[in-house]
Amino acid sequence: MSLLGVGLLKGMVETARNFVGSYHDPSRLTTVQYPEERLAPKENARNFPFLVYDGADSERGLRCVACKICEKECPPQCIYIVLERDAKGKPQKHPKVFDIDISVCMSCQICVEVCPFDAIKMDTEFELSRADRFGGLLLRKPDLAKPNVHYHRLHPTEAAEVDARLAAEQAKAAAKAKPASPPPPKPAAPTIAPAA
Amino acid sequence: MTRLAAAVPGIQLELVPNGSPGNPASLVVDPAQAVAAAVFLRDDPGLLLDHVSNVTGVDWLDTVLKETTRVKQVIDGVEREVEQTTERRKPGYLEAVYHLFSMARKQGPVVLRQRTANRVDKVHVASLTPVFRGAEFQEREVFDLFGIVFDGHPDLRRLLMWDEFQDHPMRKDYVEPDDYEYEPTPHDEVLDKARRHYPVGATP
Amino acid sequence: MKPELDEDALIGALSTGEVEPEGLVAGPAPALATLPPPRGFELTPKSPAASAADGEVLEVAMGPHHPSTHGVFRMDVVLDGERVLRLKPVFGYLHRNHEKIAERTTYLASMPYTDRLDYFCSLTNNWAYALAVERLAGIGVPERAEYLRVITAELTRLLNHSCLIGFLLHDMGTMGTPLMYAFREREKILDLFEALTGARMMCNYMRFGGCRVDAPAGWLDQVRQVVDDFPRFLEEFENLITTNEILLARSQGVGVLPAALAISASVTGPMLRASGVDYDLRKVDGYGFYPRFEFRVPLGDHGDVYDRYMVRVLEMRESLHILHQALRDIPDGPVLDPKAKLRNFRPKPGEAYGRLEAPKGELGFYLISDGGPNPYRYRVRPPSLINLTILEDMCRGHTVADAVVILGSVDIVLGEVDR
Repeated sequence: MSLLGVGLLKGMVETARNFVGSYHDPSRLTTVQYPEERLAPKENARNFPFLVYDGADSERGLRCVACKICEKECPPQCIYIVLERDAKGKPQKHPKVFDIDISVCMSCQICVEVCPFDAIKMDTEFELSRADRFGGLLLRKPDLAKPNVHYHRLHPTEAAEVDARLAAEQAKAAAKAKPASPPPPKPAAPTIAPAA
Repeated sequence: MTRLAAAVPGIQLELVPNGSPGNPASLVVDPAQAVAAAVFLRDDPGLLLDHVSNVTGVDWLDTVLKETTRVKQVIDGVEREVEQTTERRKPGYLEAVYHLFSMARKQGPVVLRQRTANRVDKVHVASLTPVFRGAEFQEREVFDLFGIVFDGHPDLRRLLMWDEFQDHPMRKDYVEPDDYEYEPTPHDEVLDKARRHYPVGATP
Repeated sequence: MKPELDEDALIGALSTGEVEPEGLVAGPAPALATLPPPRGFELTPKSPAASAADGEVLEVAMGPHHPSTHGVFRMDVVLDGERVLRLKPVFGYLHRNHEKIAERTTYLASMPYTDRLDYFCSLTNNWAYALAVERLAGIGVPERAEYLRVITAELTRLLNHSCLIGFLLHDMGTMGTPLMYAFREREKILDLFEALTGARMMCNYMRFGGCRVDAPAGWLDQVRQVVDDFPRFLEEFENLITTNEILLARSQGVGVLPAALAISASVTGPMLRASGVDYDLRKVDGYGFYPRFEFRVPLGDHGDVYDRYMVRVLEMRESLHILHQALRDIPDGPVLDPKAKLRNFRPKPGEAYGRLEAPKGELGFYLISDGGPNPYRYRVRPPSLINLTILEDMCRGHTVADAVVILGSVDIVLGEVDR
């Protein structure tokens, strides 16, 4: 047993070292001054889903075909899809309604994993507080649709893989349908904007 | 198992196979001899199953066996819905499952099961809390959520639900009450349920 | 204290701090039966009546909004002065019937819900569930995925233990200094989790037959960096607190748990090992690739709060040891078994029990399949809940302040206790 109080003093020295270190040692400074300062975004980060569209038209360019797999697999059942039908009632491969209730969504990414068309991806937007608890947190199709460029900005590696795969599939389908025709235009190769 | 049969006189044992490969079969023991069997399993030097890892309940619903032959005499519980076929209800049961491991010999598991006679009134099994202290809260939880009554439990109260709660939520035929606040979501049925609880015009 | 002070005035005076607590015991002790129930402290009627033999007793509900209870958890304590005569934990404030939810959804859809059990250690929860399903369906796991699982699980252990020690010391009144140091280290580990899984706490990373994604480029180097830096934090922490006289006085000999009682009460995890029982599922079951790694299992001698603290500190050192080996050996390769199915996953009828050594104790999942897409029965064995079985035995005879410390040393997370 050492002298009474030595342990206390050792602790005090440690506290003092931490205090001084917090001014210059980066490994002791893990916090940033949000909102003025922000952490560098991580590529794998995820928050809430969004819908990817190719080209410029956010309505016709949607990759979603309203197959409702994500609606079925979503653990908290926060996705709501209605298939679009034309005047004769023939189903179009397009969602008429696509809602996600992000007050229910738990950011698990299962919708992204099960989607066979790479149509739904995870956003990283987190500043989503609203005055209206129910309506404000119910994202409709126009809120959800984001261009492919956005996807490339958030997850560049993954998006490049997806584009390559989709292009390959399209080329294959085109080759099957009409071997002589030129390959369809690739999805717009976006310029990767530096993450702000 | 034979040693267990030898050690506890008059014990009724049944071995239930497990459909999943590589996983142990389980041992059904009659509630009347369950405590004696548990004491044997705990104290036998070859087993020393001193660690009851998991206690849980399973609800097996009544199954309906359809028989096309005509049955003259009335067995109790016969329900006649269609003329030619008789439906015999095989009563379901509740089951308390214990996973026993040995800390001393580092082996296990032995899966011990106790079954109740039916799901309605004869829901008593023997409590193993006097043998394994660790079963205390888990048996309370099974009592709470399944309604199995553990005879011999020192403090059998509801664990997770409040004391005034009536039903047993983990039973398969449990119907959730329609009296809590629903969050409106785009799903129609939930919205309909919610409309019943909100004042007119309050729901979006 | 004036003897003629009636019950209402007593409670009122206590809350305003006019009557000194010692006065309560010094006064003449009326028989309990003649006392009206204390107002404002109405307990559930089924709480057992305290024995009057020890003099004047007071029944107090500590919680559910008590800052020392680590969440919404209530302890109905019967006090004789400052001594705890009886203590009944009351649960269920955070109950959401996790098991019922899981029985209604598919096997895959339960995975994100397991994150919410013990929200400090979502990756070990994921692993335990994946382990049970893999055992049920007989799915193999690729080598790299097993290594990633070990790495994430040991990082989780570092995170949980460092924070727990921070909380424990906070309960003793260190006013957050060690807790903030622990959170600083936790921050670095959470950053790693975010880079790997996309989320900081609700990771949802394991899948049946592997892991969801492979580690991004450079992630393993970041882990190496954190693992290499971590011993400095441990040194600091030990300098800061391990020989602190106040800590020794508050924790040695407090809340002693004898080994025999611990075994009988199914206590698991660091609490059991602090009582001197050598039972670590990483050694006993050898799940994952743990048999490949060399590590020791720290054991305590006395089973008191100080031993539990020290066992956790030593376990962090062993975790670092495992992490060094895993980071050295991790091979390249796929992270998901190609035969594993994401959708339409229907295991054959049967049952399985998978358990592993979570930072809080033995976390088990018991699954019964009837061949359908949902589990017929889904059960979580929550270590936090079962470790609380002997809370009363440990607290009896100690003061209220010690009961707070003992509860802190049990290491509970209410998301797992109540499920």
